[in-house]
Formats: sequence, structure tokens, C-alpha cells
Amino acid sequence: MEFFIAILASILSDSAPIIFASLGETLNERGGVINLSVEGTMLLSAMAGFAVAFTTESLVLGFLAAMIVGAIVASLVAFGSITLKRDQVAVGFILTLVAGDLSSFLGVPFVRVPGPQIESLPIPFLRDIPFIGPVFFERDIITYLSFALIIGMWLWFYKTQPGLQLRGIGERPEASFARGGNVKLMRYIYILLGGALIGFAGAAFSLHVKLGWSHRATAGFGWIALAIVIFGGWDPLKVAFGAYLFGALRASATTLQSSGLEVPVQVFPLLPFPLMILTLVIFNSRGLDRVLNYLPLGARRALTRLLRSNPPAALGTHFEQE
Amino acid sequence: MRVELKNIHKHFGAVHANNDVTLTVEGGSIHGLLGENGAGKSTLMKVLSGYIHADGGEISLDGKKLKRFNSPADALRHGVGMLHQDPLDFPPMTLLDNFILGCDASLLQPRARAEKEFRELCQQFNFDLDTNAFVSDLTVGERQQLEIIRLLWLGARTLILDEPTTGISAPQKIKLFATLRQLAADGKSVIFVSHKLEDVEDLCHRVTVLRRGQMAGEAKSPFVTERLVQMMFGQQLNIGKRPNVELGAPVIEFDHLTLKDDRLTVPDISLSVRMGEVLALAGLEGSGQQLFLQACAGLLPPSAGQLRLNGIDLTRKPYENFLRAGIAYMPADRMKEGLVPGLSIEEHIVLAKRGKKDALIDWTRTRQTATAQITDFNIKGIPTTRVEALSGGNQQRTLLALLPPDLKLLALEHPTRGLDIESTLYIWGKLLERRKQGAAIIFASADLDEVLQYSDRILVFFGGRVIETVRSSETSVEQLGYLIGGKKQ
Amino acid sequence: MTGSRNFLSRLSLSLAPLLVALLIAILLLVATGAPPLDTFAKLFTGSFGTSSKQADTFVVWVSLAIVSAGLLITFTAGQWNIGVEGQIMVGSIFATWAARGMWEQSGIVGIPVIILWAMVGGALWALLVAVLKIYGKVNEIFGGLGFNFIATAFNIYLIFGPWKQKTGGTLSGTEIFPEALWMPTLPELRVSPIAIIIALFVLVVIYLSLRGTLWGLQLKAIGKNIRAAFVLGVPTNPLMLSAYAVCGACAGLVGAFLVIIVHHRLIPSISSGYGFLGILIVLLSSFNALWLAPLALFFAAVSIGSTALQLELNIDSSLGGVLQGVLVLVVLLMQGIKEKVISK
Repeated sequence: MEFFIAILASILSDSAPIIFASLGETLNERGGVINLSVEGTMLLSAMAGFAVAFTTESLVLGFLAAMIVGAIVASLVAFGSITLKRDQVAVGFILTLVAGDLSSFLGVPFVRVPGPQIESLPIPFLRDIPFIGPVFFERDIITYLSFALIIGMWLWFYKTQPGLQLRGIGERPEASFARGGNVKLMRYIYILLGGALIGFAGAAFSLHVKLGWSHRATAGFGWIALAIVIFGGWDPLKVAFGAYLFGALRASATTLQSSGLEVPVQVFPLLPFPLMILTLVIFNSRGLDRVLNYLPLGARRALTRLLRSNPPAALGTHFEQE
Repeated sequence: MRVELKNIHKHFGAVHANNDVTLTVEGGSIHGLLGENGAGKSTLMKVLSGYIHADGGEISLDGKKLKRFNSPADALRHGVGMLHQDPLDFPPMTLLDNFILGCDASLLQPRARAEKEFRELCQQFNFDLDTNAFVSDLTVGERQQLEIIRLLWLGARTLILDEPTTGISAPQKIKLFATLRQLAADGKSVIFVSHKLEDVEDLCHRVTVLRRGQMAGEAKSPFVTERLVQMMFGQQLNIGKRPNVELGAPVIEFDHLTLKDDRLTVPDISLSVRMGEVLALAGLEGSGQQLFLQACAGLLPPSAGQLRLNGIDLTRKPYENFLRAGIAYMPADRMKEGLVPGLSIEEHIVLAKRGKKDALIDWTRTRQTATAQITDFNIKGIPTTRVEALSGGNQQRTLLALLPPDLKLLALEHPTRGLDIESTLYIWGKLLERRKQGAAIIFASADLDEVLQYSDRILVFFGGRVIETVRSSETSVEQLGYLIGGKKQ
Repeated sequence: MTGSRNFLSRLSLSLAPLLVALLIAILLLVATGAPPLDTFAKLFTGSFGTSSKQADTFVVWVSLAIVSAGLLITFTAGQWNIGVEGQIMVGSIFATWAARGMWEQSGIVGIPVIILWAMVGGALWALLVAVLKIYGKVNEIFGGLGFNFIATAFNIYLIFGPWKQKTGGTLSGTEIFPEALWMPTLPELRVSPIAIIIALFVLVVIYLSLRGTLWGLQLKAIGKNIRAAFVLGVPTNPLMLSAYAVCGACAGLVGAFLVIIVHHRLIPSISSGYGFLGILIVLLSSFNALWLAPLALFFAAVSIGSTALQLELNIDSSLGGVLQGVLVLVVLLMQGIKEKVISK
């Protein structure tokens, strides 16, 4: 039981950065824009967040800097794809490479230096609830924020008017425009917000999970965040579930590593990445449809709706209001 | 509300889409805007509803002059709302979400209030709409109803409807007309945009006719049909009579064919179409006509039953075999399924060539073929013109030019949608030539006049089923209207 | 008169992105306290200064030219073959596999087999992405990423597992190949004339097949509108598979060269990011095959020059990557600005 609680707790807090990144991307894509630069943005903001926190000795400034970096990269995606109508995938891909290299170039002085880190912050009373307390409420502010973001974004999408408008502009921008939505402006805003969240995710890595900065420290996580958005069908709760699933895969890899299997230990940390993509592939493949086809229609519909949803219809397209 | 448009001008490049158009709509009246496709109706209405800015002219509402509307939302704030032919809604969302989206709420969605007022409006107009249903499951007629109450809820006092009677059933049309009359009686003004004389004559108090961007005239109810026709087309058009063709052997035969996609099942079709025959598929959008056409062309494998072409079993054979057997498919969405934007006419000719093809392209010969086809089909372009630069009518002519000779069967989806009358006549002329050569034609159309005019037999689809097969000579537009709505008389 | 002014304005328009990219690089250098002029001088001498540097530059050019030629095919078919990195890696793995089977063989027999086997490996790895895309509806970007991850993990497994050196698994890679299996190079230099000839051959073949063959035209058609192409009678699935196979084979060829020309063994990050650089080159070329060779040379020079920076000025070699990426980004954005200005 103790062990189980410890594992669950570590999954929750280790997954926080992925939660921020994948929900940030969810925000972008719900508005109709793919920000493919997540991988590079996270590298750069992890470096920037650590560097600023290290230099100023302020964690808050570190996170703030990381968010600004994320928003700046995102603003380039927005400018390139919304204003200049370039291929969103191309702009994002180039930015991923640039930001990644930039993080290596600018991050040289900060490689493997010990720096500030987030302290844990148990919540009084709530921590005393059996099982739930030690799993959820003996964590730190970053983990709590990740919980808040999941719930907050879900509420925003489905309960608020601006959230409804956001879903509209990703679905059918011309109809949103007809209803008074300023499509371009809203897309800009949500890309910047999403970018800031992705930047936050970078800092959460260097100041919270990984503690410190080294070359390519968050390599692979940005791509995984992108995959999780698809896995989660652009829904905050399902995306969060995907992020935790990835966390669980990583935790099991760590456990397996010490189990004395006949496989070189260097392989284990790499395994969750292909496994996560594999999961995505299985969930999205037509093979699953064949299996589902054996179910009665009602159950099939419900399961399909649960397992999978269509991307925002206008994802990746340009919009020109007349 | 009294709406006045004065001396409106609008240019698109070299095209003068609206040339000094003036239109006055009295409050409490239904005003028809008549003209064929491309006459400038849509442009004028887009100016009035805030989608585009006119190059000149002014708008006044109840005598108050306005320079222009900044956006559709701005127009709606002034009380002018527009209902598009393809309703601008959000298919994957619920009706209530659709209803609320765009309303004047700041943070929280006013769900409870909206739901109550939604119900009241439905009751007032006798609409049967469920707030929890998804828009993707509605018919076009129901989506129109949703848009009408939404626009009214947001304060529309002038309602513009763009070709609202295309793609809806006769009962839905009757309900729509009743609704519009009720609105006019309440003092609202309705602008009814259409190219269908019959609808305009039936419904409108006054009519303005546009032709080639200019005003061709105005008329008051009761209308004289011949005069309207003359204003629309400038002269009486000679619409050719359908020549009778001797029907030959069966070309395509269906044996208890069942078709399925994720939304719809079309069960148990048994039928054969003979050489020289024209079979029309009528029905509301998404009633199964498209699945049937795609199955004919080999693009959708049937889930049960058999399909034979010239006696050869082609059931679940690859599309290639269908092509080799002499079938051609022309999709409705020309730029999505028919042509490749970015490639030229001559490149299309290389791609569309059937039979043995050379690995290396002989560009000189290709250019000769392309030039000949362009002349033959009267396409306004040169061999290297990219297809996206052509007009809709020329794109359709290009698609026709790409059809190989010796076809056995043509499966056409909305072959003349969005084309002006001249192109429509031209296209049908070419198609009927094919028929004379012994090809069978199967086409789907939302235009019941077209269905009636060109077909020998009509298959009426409703909710995925073929509910009736009628001979064209034994039915009428009115009867078809009821049938596509699922009502047998 | 107007002609020359026209030429000048066009020249300045195409040079402007380069200047903007340089400006950004200078700002970066100044910000990190490095001397800009010295750096650029070193960047040049580091890549073209001596015959040995020139040779190194051409070694990288071979890889970039071949991989970008392959990528041009998948891009023409409308595919973002991000899996190209993994395809290079699998090419190297297959090359090493073949080499291990022919440890005692002579180069005349061994090298062609290694190269062909690597091309087969790269093509197969690329076909996996294509099969998932066609029959599983899996977006090629994510399929490719997944297979990149798998290739990386598998490579590490081989290096630290079955193929580890006698002294134990290390990050330095597998056992060095016997010299007979090294690709013959010019005396004292690393560059192989045969490899350069092969790269030129690949470029010419790709250029000609896109320009004058039915296959090339059909690829363009599926890249621009796959549904319409299918309805017109283009066999889309076989074409898509062939595009991936060609690109994968090119990547595999690069993988083989990396093993038998550059490293002479399999190392963990064997693909060296050349696949992604290839994508940048194709984007920069505006999908025009004629531009691939000179752009690949430029990129190769920057890559080699920036490793010299690391050694001589202690400036991190990632500066080269920043420079390359910024250049492509600026070009892409400037195209957008140009179109916006013209349309107004």
C-alpha cells in the first residue's frame, strides 16, 4: 500500500509538466492552430526558466520568464500561420529546431549547476484524508496548479461563453465570424496563452521534476505532449488521462529497470516514448473499428465517443474574413 | 423594418458584380430577389448583411442612413440577419450550444434562460427541435429553423434567406413559407433570394430581378410569369426538349445491394439501368443518394448484395476495375474531389487518361490534346491554366473534357450546382450526347426541376431508403417534394 | 534600365532573409559576449579553409544532398516524413548488421552489400509509416515520431546489448569495422569521390523523375489533392508506398555512408540530425530539386564550420543549427510578407 501510494504520488507530480504542455497545446489546437514547436519551446523555456531562477534566485521570475519565452515562440507560430498564412506545420517544425538549438547555445553556462527548486507544500487537513491525502495533497504548488488547470480548462471549454466561442473558431471559423467572433484575434490570444502554458511546462521540468538544466534535458517530451493531445481527443480530462498514462509508463519503466531483466538499463528510459505513440496508434487505427464493430450499435457509439473524437474541423486551415 | 439599398456598386477584380443596384423593402413584407446564378444576388445580400463592403452606395434602415455595416454581427445588431444556403452552424455541437454561441453573454453561458426562450420560440413557430440533439443529425430544413429562431432571438427584424428552398422537402417548404408569412405579419421584413420563379410567385409581395449585376426590373404580386422570365434572362430561353432515346441492354444491375457508412444504411436496392437511360436520384441531402452514386462508381464497396456491370460481377472489386469497365464519377465538390488545385488543365489530361500510359510524359502531344479539348468544350483557359483559376462553369466543363470516350455509365453528383443557366444547358447538352452514344447516366440533384426535366426514371431516397421509383413522365415537382419529405400521397 | 533595377530588387529580396538571419546571429553572439566578425570568419575557414575542412564539408554535403532529395519525394506526395531520422538510423543499423556478417570479406564484395542492405532497411522502416498512414489512418508525423523513438531505443539496445564491444557496452558505439569495409576515400582526407558521384546521381534522377515522368506528376497530384487524384484514376496507395520507399532508401543510403565513411562503427546518435536538416533544406528550396545541391552545400558548411567554432573559440556548435533554422524561418516568413504585399 505504501509503495502503491508512493508510485501514484510520483506519477501525479512527475506528470505535471506534461499536463501543462499538452493542455497548452490543446488550447492552441481547439482554436484551430497546430503549434508543432512544443518540443523546442519546452527545451528553450526549461533553459530560460532555470537560468532566470538561478540568476535572480526567484522561482516566480523563473516561471514567468519561461512563460514569456513560450509565448514569444508561440507568437511566431501565430504570426507565420495566421497573419502570413504559411504552413502551420512548417513554421512549428522550424521553430522546434531553432528553439532546441538555441537552448543548447544559450544554456551552456547553466549546464548541471545546482539551482533553486520547488519545495513541497502539503495542504493541511486535506492531507489527512486516508489514501487520497497522501496521494494528492502532500505534493507541491506546481502539482496543485496542474490539477487546477485540468479542471479549469474543462470548465472553460464547456461552461463559459468564451470557451464555447473558442470551440467555435476551431470548428468553423466562418460561422464564428458571422456570430461576431474576431477569429484572428482570438486565435492569437489562445496561441499565446497555450504557448505560455507550454513554457510553464518547460520550467516545471527544470525547476520541479528534473531539477536543473543539461543539454536536451526535456528531449522527447514535447513530441509526446503533441501525441497526447490527439490521444485525448482535444478534451481536457481525456488529455490529462493520457498524460498520466504516460507518467505510469515511465514509472513502470523505472520499476522494471531494477528488476534485473536481460536488457541493458540504458534502454528503459527510452521505452515509454514508443509505447505512448503505439497506444495512440492503436486507439486511432481502423483495427479498433473492426473490434468495435462486434459490439451492439449503442455500445459501439458510446465507446467510440469515449475513446475518440474528431479533431476541430478547421485545425490547420487558414481563415480570411471577407 | 424598412430597408433601403441605394446605388450599390461592387467590383471583384474586373467583374462588376453589383452595378448601381437599388432595392427597397417595406416593413411587414416579403420581398423576392430573383435572378439566375451569378446575377449578383448573393453579393448584394452580403453587402446588406455586413459580409462585404460595397464600393459605393448607401444603406438605410427605417430611413436612417448608414455608411455600411462593419461585420455580420454589426448588421445583426442593427436588426439584419442572414440565413445562408448552407446554414452557418456548428455540426458537432448541440442545438443549444449553437443557439447560445454568438449571444451577448460575458462569462457564463446563459443555458437555462436560453433553453426556456428556445422552447418558446419553437412553440411560437411550431418547430420540433430538441436542444440536446446534435446539429449534425438535422436535415437542412431543421437547420434553417434553428437559424431562424436564433436570429430572431438575437433581435433580427429583417431576415435574408438565400435560396432556402433548395434541398428541403415539400412539407418543410410549406412550414418555412408559413413561418415567413407569420414574420411578415408581425411587421418584420423578409428578403427571399431565389432563382426559382414558382417559389417567388407563391410567396413574395414584391420582386426585384437582377441580371448580370444590374437591376432588370421590379414587379408586384400578382406576377406575370413571362415578364419575370424575360427580366431574368433578357429573352425567352430555348430549353431543349428531351429527345427520346431507344433504351438498350442493361448496363448496370443491382441485386439486393446494401450500402453502409458510419451514419447511414441504404438497404436492399434491386434495380437495373439500361443503355441510354437517365436515372435521377432525388432526396434531401444525405438521404443515401451519395452512397448509391459512390457504389455505382466503385468508390464504396457494398456491405451486402451484388453489382454487375455489363453482366460482369464487380461487387467489392477495386475502383480500378470500375474504371476499366467504363464508369466515370463526377463529384459535387469539384475542387475537393474532382480536380487537383495547383495542377494545370494539361496535367489533368495526363492524369485522367485511361488504359496504357507511358512512364515518360510526352508534353508536346499532351499540349495538342489539351488545346483540342479546350476548344471542343469551350473552356475559357489555356493548357497551362491552373484549374483553381477557372470559374465554376469552366471547371465543370474541364471535368467533362476529362471523361474518356466510350463510357458505359456516368455517375454524377449535382452536375450543375452553382452554375449559371448557360453553363447548365451546355453541360446537359454534352451529357445527353453521351446518352445517345449508349451510355447510361445516373445523377443526383437537389433541383427537382432538373430531376424532372432530364431523367427517364427517378429514385426517391428518404432516410437511407429508396421509398419510391417513379417515371418522370408520370410525376410532378409537387409530388416529388412530398416524396423527398417521406410522404407518399 | 528597368531590367537591371528589377534584377537588383529581386536580388535584394532574396538576399534579405540571409541578412536578417545574420543580424539575428550577430545579436546572439554579442549577447553571449562572442566576437561576431571573428566567429563568421572562423565559420568560413572552419568549413572551407583547408583541403581537409573542404573534404569534411563535402562528406556532410553527400548526406544532406541525398536525404533532401529523398524528402523532396515525400514532400511532393504531401507527406511530412518526420520519420526520416529513424530511417537513417535503421539504415545504419542494417549496414552494421551486414558488416558484422562480412567481417572477413573484401570491400569490393562487402561495401555494395552493406549499402544495398542499408537502403532496404531504410525503405522498410519508411514503409511502416506509410502502411500505418494508409491502412491505419495514423498521421505520418506521429507514426514517424513513434518509429524514430523505436529506432533510437533499438539502437541503444544493440550498442549496449548484443552488439556491445568486447570490453563492454559504451556510448562510443560498437566495435570499429575492419578497414576493408571502410568506403575508400581520397588519400589523407575523409571524403569519398564515389559517394559524391552517387549523391549527384541521386539528385539528377530525382530531378528528372519529378519533371518528366508520370510517376512524378501522379506524386504531385496526390500531394495536392489525394481524393481527387484517386477519383481521376491515380493509384494512390501504391504511389504513396513508393514515395516512402524511395525516401527511406535514400535515408538508408545516408545511414550506410555515416557508418562506412564517417564513423566506421554504429554509434548512439548516428543520424546526427541530418534527417531534420534535410527537411529544412527542402522547405528552403521551395520544393525545387535544382536548389537542393547548393543549399545542402551551404548547410554542410555551416555544420562543419560550427564544430570548428566549438574547438577554436569555445562557442557552442549549436550556433550552426540556430543559424540554419533562423534562415529557413525568415525565408518562409518573408515569402508570406511578399505575398501579403502583392495581394494588397
